Amino acid sequence: MSVRKTKHEMPEQPPQERIKNFKEVPYGYSKEIAIEEAKRCLQCKNKPCMKGCPVEIDIPGFVACVAQGDFEKAAEIIKAKNNLPAISGRVCPYEEQCEGECTLKKMGEPLGIGRLERFIADYERDHGKKMVKKLHPSGKKIAVVGSGPAGLTCAGDLAKMGHHVVLFEALHDPGGVLMYGIPEFRLPKAIVKSEVEYIKNLGVDIQYDVVVGKTITVDELMSEYDAVFIGTGAGLPSWLNIPGESLDGVYSANEFLTRVNMMKAYKFPDYDTPVKIGKIVATFGAGNVAMDCARTALRLGAEKSYILYRRTEAEMPARIEEIHHAKQEGVIFKLLTNPLRFIGDDKGILKQVEFLHMELGEPDESGRRRPVPIPGSEETMAIDTALIAIGQSPNPLIPHTVKGLKVGKHGNIITDDEGRTSIPGLFAGGDIASGAATVILAMGAGKRAARAIDAYLKEKK
Amino acid sequence: MYEIVEKKILSNNVKLLKIKAPLVANKAQAGQFIILRINEKGERIPLTIADSDKKIGTVSIIFLEVGKTTKQLGQLKVGDTLENFAGPLGQPSEIKKYGTVVCVGGGVGIAPLYPIVRALKQAGNHVISILGAKTKDLLLLEKEIQQFSDEFYIATDDGTKGHKGFVSDVLQQIIDTKKQVHLVMAIGPIIMMKVVSDLTRKYHIKTLVSLNPIMVDGTGMCGGCRVIIDGTTKFACVDGPEFDGHKVDYGNLMLRNRRFVHEEGDACRLAGVQ
Repeated sequence: MSVRKTKHEMPEQPPQERIKNFKEVPYGYSKEIAIEEAKRCLQCKNKPCMKGCPVEIDIPGFVACVAQGDFEKAAEIIKAKNNLPAISGRVCPYEEQCEGECTLKKMGEPLGIGRLERFIADYERDHGKKMVKKLHPSGKKIAVVGSGPAGLTCAGDLAKMGHHVVLFEALHDPGGVLMYGIPEFRLPKAIVKSEVEYIKNLGVDIQYDVVVGKTITVDELMSEYDAVFIGTGAGLPSWLNIPGESLDGVYSANEFLTRVNMMKAYKFPDYDTPVKIGKIVATFGAGNVAMDCARTALRLGAEKSYILYRRTEAEMPARIEEIHHAKQEGVIFKLLTNPLRFIGDDKGILKQVEFLHMELGEPDESGRRRPVPIPGSEETMAIDTALIAIGQSPNPLIPHTVKGLKVGKHGNIITDDEGRTSIPGLFAGGDIASGAATVILAMGAGKRAARAIDAYLKEKK
Repeated sequence: MYEIVEKKILSNNVKLLKIKAPLVANKAQAGQFIILRINEKGERIPLTIADSDKKIGTVSIIFLEVGKTTKQLGQLKVGDTLENFAGPLGQPSEIKKYGTVVCVGGGVGIAPLYPIVRALKQAGNHVISILGAKTKDLLLLEKEIQQFSDEFYIATDDGTKGHKGFVSDVLQQIIDTKKQVHLVMAIGPIIMMKVVSDLTRKYHIKTLVSLNPIMVDGTGMCGGCRVIIDGTTKFACVDGPEFDGHKVDYGNLMLRNRRFVHEEGDACRLAGVQ
C-alpha cells in the first residue's frame, strides 16, 4: 500500500474574501479528511514526533484513534497532557516540533499533526462532553499569576492533581497574549474563552483586575498560599529608538494589537476603543507578531500594508505559514531595509519614514548573515501608520518588586528547567523566564512547573 | 463588578464617585491611579485616585466629563456597578519632609492633588496650596484642601474668586516673598504644568508634575502612554505618573493626547452624549 506523500489540505477562506473580515482563515478538517490524514501515520515504534512535543502528547496514540474514527478517545489522550489543544492546534510551530521529527518527512510531507490536534479539539468542543477528572482535594492552595498559556497550563495541571488554584489576571479578560496579542482571524477569542472554561471546570478560580506587584504583592501571595507560580509573560515592547517614534501614528505592536484584539477596536464605535491607521501602513519586524500586525492592517482597510525588515526572507523569524498567508493577502515585503527616522508634520502626525537599504554581510553570533548598510541608499516613503513589531521583553512589574529574586540581564526571572526560582516555593515559567518565545514553549514550561510544584508540596509535608 | 456607593456632583460636569474596591483601597497611596471599564464594550480609562478608605474598602474618583466614557460614567447612579476597576497603578508620590512645599492644582487636577496635600501636611511640611479654575463654580475641594494647608490661595481666570489670573501669578508672588520653597507639586492642564515648570526652573525649585496621557492596559504593556522625559522614552503607567516637571516634553504630550480627538467626537455623537 502506498502512502500519500502530501498532507491533506485544510480548506480556507480565499485571500480576497478574508482580508475584508476578521473571521478565522482556515476552516479545519472535516471528519472524513481527518480520518484519511490520520491513516497516513506510520505508527513508528520509537515515536520520534513525541520528542518534538513540549507538552508530551501521545501523538501516535491519538492519531490511531482518529484513524479509527474514535474522536472522543483521541480527545481524552490529548487532554491527558494538553489542557489547551484548540489553541496549540492553531498557533504551534508544528513544522519545527512534532512534524519536524515525523518519519513521513523522508518521503514527502510530514503527517498533519497540528491539523489533527485542531480537528479533535474542535470536535470535542462541538460534540463531546467536557471530561473533567479530579483527584480528591490535597488541601493545598496555589496562586498562579498571569492567565496566558503558561499560567493556564500550570493552573490546569495543578487542579488536575487535586490542588486548589487561584489564577490572578491583571486585565479584564483571560488568556494573556492569546487574547490581546494573537488576532481573531488566527485564534478566535471564542475558542480561547472555551478553553478557559475547561480550566475553570477543573476548579481553577480566576480573579481579574488583580495586578500582582501592585494590587497584591508576591510576598503577600507567598504567605497566603503554599506555592506561587509567575507566568506574566513578555509584555514590555521594544522600540527602534530612532527619531520620531513618539509621533501620532506610531504604535507598538502591543498597543495596536491590544486595541484591535482585546478591546475590539475593529468594531468601533460599537465598542468604545478606537484605532486609526490611514491608508498606508508599515510594520517593522518579521516575526509572527509582525505578520499579525500587517494582516490586521489590511482587515482594517489599509490600502497598502508593508513589512520592512533589515534581513531577507530566509532570516525571517515568522512561521512559514504566517508569511505565506501574509503574501497571499497582499502584504508587501520590503526586505533589506533599515528605518532611520520617522518624519511628521507640524501637528506631530506621522507622514513618512526614512530608511536605508542593506545587504547581507558575514554571519553574526546568531549564525545569520549580518545586514550591512549600503552607503548613500537612503530613501523616504509616505506612510500613515508605523507598527513596531521588533520584539518584547519580560514584564518588569514582578521581577523588580520581589526581594531576593534572581533576575537575568534581560529582566527575565532565572529558573531551572522545572521552573524553580531562587526563592523556595516561588516558581516561574513562560516568557517571563525564557524571554519572548512561543505559546507552546510557555505551555511546556507551565506543565513542568506544575509537576515541580506538586513535588515541592509533597516534600514540604 | 464594583459598586458605586456614593455620588456627588461637584460642578456641572465634574463628578465624584466612591467605588467599592477593597483590594485597591487597601494599597492605594497618594499619586497613584486606577483603570476602569464601565461595561463589556467599554474602553479602559485611567483616573487618578482622589481619596481612599481602607476600613470601608472604597476608592474615590473625580472626573471631568470630556469624552464618551466619562460622560457615561457621570450618568451612573449609586448602586450601579462598573465592570472593571484595577489598581492602584503607577508609582506613589514620594511623601517625606521637604520643608516648604507649594501644591498647585488646576481644574480637575485639583482632585488628585488632595491626597498629596494631606500626606505632605501629615509628613510635617509647611504646605502652601494654590487652586486655580476658569471661574469660581469650577473650583473643587476648597475646604478639604484648605484644612491641610498652612497657606491657601485661589486664582480664577475671570476673577470671580481670589486672584484674577493664573496660578502661576500667585506662585510668582510666593517665590518673590518667601525665603525658600523646597518643592512644587503641580497637577492640572498640561499648559498649566508647563507654565509652572518654566517658572520654577528659573529659580531651581524642584517641581513634580502628574501626567495623564492616553493609556490602554496601564501595566507597562502597550506603550501608548509613552512620554519623553529628558529625551528618553518613559511609560507614564509604570514609571510615572509623576515626573520631574523640568524634564517633560510637554509639546509632545499635548500632540499625543490629541491622537483620537476625531474618534472621540464620533463616539459621543453616536452615543448621544454630547
